[in-house]
Amino acid sequence: MSSRVLMKGNEVIAEAAIRAGCRHYFGYPITPQTEIMNYMARRMKDVDGTMVQAESEIAAINMVYGAAAAGARVMTTSSSPGISLKQEGFSYIAGAELPAVVVNIVRCGPGLGGILPAQGDYFQATKGGGHGDYKNIVLAPASVQELYELTVEAFNLADKYRMLVMILGDGTLGQMMEPVSYRDAEQIETVEKPWHVCGTKDKRQHRTVQSIYIDPDDLEALNDKLQAKYRTVEKQDTMVEMIGCEDAEIIITAFGTSSRISRNVLRLADDLGIKVGMIRPITLWPFPSEAIMEAAAADSVKSFLDIELNAGQMLEDVRLAVNGRKPVHFLGRTGGNLPTQKEIIEKIRTIAGR
Amino acid sequence: MKKVFARTRGLTDKPFHYCPGCTHGIIHRLIAEVMCEMDILGETIGVSPVGCTYNNYEYFACDMVQAAHGRAPAVATGIKRVHPDQPVFTYQGDGDLAAIGTAEIIHAAARGEKITAFFANNAIYGMTSGQMAPTTLLGQVTTTSPFGRDAAVEGYPINVSEMLATIRGAVYIERVAVNNFKEISKAKKAIAKAFRVQQQKLGFSMVEILSTCPTNWGKDPVASLRWLEDEMMAQYPLGVFRGGDLEV
Amino acid sequence: MTDFSIIIAGFGGQGILSAGIIVATAALFEGREVSWFPSYGPEMRGGTANCSVVISDQVIGSPVINDTDVLIALTGPSMKKFARHVKSGGLIIIDSSLVKDVPERDDILFFPIPASKIASEMGNMTFAAITLLGCLGAHTESYQRESFEKALYEALPQRHHHLIPEEMKAYDQGAAFQEVVLTPEAIKAVTCKTVR
Repeated sequence: MSSRVLMKGNEVIAEAAIRAGCRHYFGYPITPQTEIMNYMARRMKDVDGTMVQAESEIAAINMVYGAAAAGARVMTTSSSPGISLKQEGFSYIAGAELPAVVVNIVRCGPGLGGILPAQGDYFQATKGGGHGDYKNIVLAPASVQELYELTVEAFNLADKYRMLVMILGDGTLGQMMEPVSYRDAEQIETVEKPWHVCGTKDKRQHRTVQSIYIDPDDLEALNDKLQAKYRTVEKQDTMVEMIGCEDAEIIITAFGTSSRISRNVLRLADDLGIKVGMIRPITLWPFPSEAIMEAAAADSVKSFLDIELNAGQMLEDVRLAVNGRKPVHFLGRTGGNLPTQKEIIEKIRTIAGR
Repeated sequence: MKKVFARTRGLTDKPFHYCPGCTHGIIHRLIAEVMCEMDILGETIGVSPVGCTYNNYEYFACDMVQAAHGRAPAVATGIKRVHPDQPVFTYQGDGDLAAIGTAEIIHAAARGEKITAFFANNAIYGMTSGQMAPTTLLGQVTTTSPFGRDAAVEGYPINVSEMLATIRGAVYIERVAVNNFKEISKAKKAIAKAFRVQQQKLGFSMVEILSTCPTNWGKDPVASLRWLEDEMMAQYPLGVFRGGDLEV
Repeated sequence: MTDFSIIIAGFGGQGILSAGIIVATAALFEGREVSWFPSYGPEMRGGTANCSVVISDQVIGSPVINDTDVLIALTGPSMKKFARHVKSGGLIIIDSSLVKDVPERDDILFFPIPASKIASEMGNMTFAAITLLGCLGAHTESYQRESFEKALYEALPQRHHHLIPEEMKAYDQGAAFQEVVLTPEAIKAVTCKTVR
């Protein structure tokens, strides 16, 4: 590891992508993530890659589709309204089983909403957003260092499963500066891509990349294959961080920025004599349901408190996992506001009744 | 016995699904023949659209990618940026290229993206059974302009070649037709020129090909060819709109 | 040290965001955890600008500050906006050449420094923010003088490095200023003026 340097989250994403072997980037400007594109515009020149400023987010994701079909490690980045536009492409990428990395530096909605941080795209990211039965792997970093680690991981996972991997950040993570230390060299897990288009060279049958299957049995076979793949991802690549959950009385569930804020509350609660733990999903899909189920089964755990920068989205997955065994409370802020430690402590005191 | 005619190896053995009298088959064959004659079949990557030709990835013997509706120029851009030395083409209809994909084609041209678009213009939506297209002629009856396209209600046809010819990045734009032997052989020359423009990395190229749709026009194949000549060519004159003097 | 928070506020073009980066870099050189978070929005020049810096010996939770230990204000409106968010016992450092009001608080340490005047006399207006950061370094445990100097070399482009010795003179001038005790009478006088 190199020494720690102070860098902006958005720029770290771009640098991490380049270190992970991404040489093709397609994007469209939107606050609060445009620094990624600016960085790519400068850096891609050094590494003989390409950055194309597309005419729209729709065009950008379709350029990603083309570059992925052509065998490249490729990325696009945007923020909420732009990600809505990209949903068409996400569905096609899933159907054609292409590896791609997409970053969503979430801002608050709905509509044009605002440019401040939010986590209101959880449903869209984890439950689809585009049409059809498909899943994207969704990673939720909580620090600038993790933006680096998980961006590199995103490229490896995308290639491993031929899937779209989304990094779900927010305006806080994208805009903030924090120290980051890079590895001297990345472990780039290169995989064979015997499906990518590169010209037949008159030596093999032509290859096609497609998401259309007119025959119902063919399409069902594709769907079965996708579902089997998704079950494998769930088994092999669910990531979660558990903090102080042993004999905790209240367990906070939170991801990304809301988990950062919550983390410091654990100690404050301890001072008040209330034992609070935290379960932080790092993969939002696959969702770490088992970790939550196990916690819900523990006698010491009396209740859960889900904290998000939205009106209660991951809350539904937490409740599904808890399955009625324990009450699940919620604290959320919207509009670009962040919950304060004070608010969280107050909520914990109310729940604990002291 | 001397073999004087054979199917091109630029096409697969898969039989076309196109309606009788439809000219997509001719256009496919011309593109395939050109790829073989220029010896680029093994290098070329094509992009299929959404529309009647959605599955021409099954017909062309080169590597193919199927794209979302209208997005073929963006998909082709992604492919070309990864394989800058290989020919990349899109095959698009009028709904795909001139309606839902207008932004993509204009900006691919503006970037001077080194790809070639083959634009089959038959003035109607074929696959969805005969709706009005951006290129539908005034007065033309379609399922969504059942009383004939009325400029006051449905607006005017778009002349895509003339429009793209105003863009500097579009270095070669020609409109051809496949209504008779003479025009077909001119169309083939245009297709070859477009590929050469791309090989020489001069910029964006497009060949617009006036095409028939007997089924949705409600005409027999011969009458369809006459209608193409009499009506379509009046709105969409044949010719080179940009790059006529290009020596490639 | 638990989370120590600093808000630097003014208008775009005063070097507000860069000042925050220099502060965070200086603290990073001392092995601290740091975070920097900007106001971001449509106004690139002339609009309001502020940034939050958190320095800590442990992992930092929120980089967004609600109640701050220090406010460094370079305009009147930004002083008014953030003064009430300064923790009791915290510091308010203002560029008194530009901010003519005093905070309506008697539970904070107040450092009015004519930073723009000092910078103007030194012939470089960008030194104003540095002067205020000198005061911050001298009166808190944010960073040592040498870390700050090192941070300038790190944060500034090479072409500005020749200015750094001068900037450190501005830093030392700011560091020499002492707290001005705000009496209730002084605050009242300002409040009355505001009302009138």
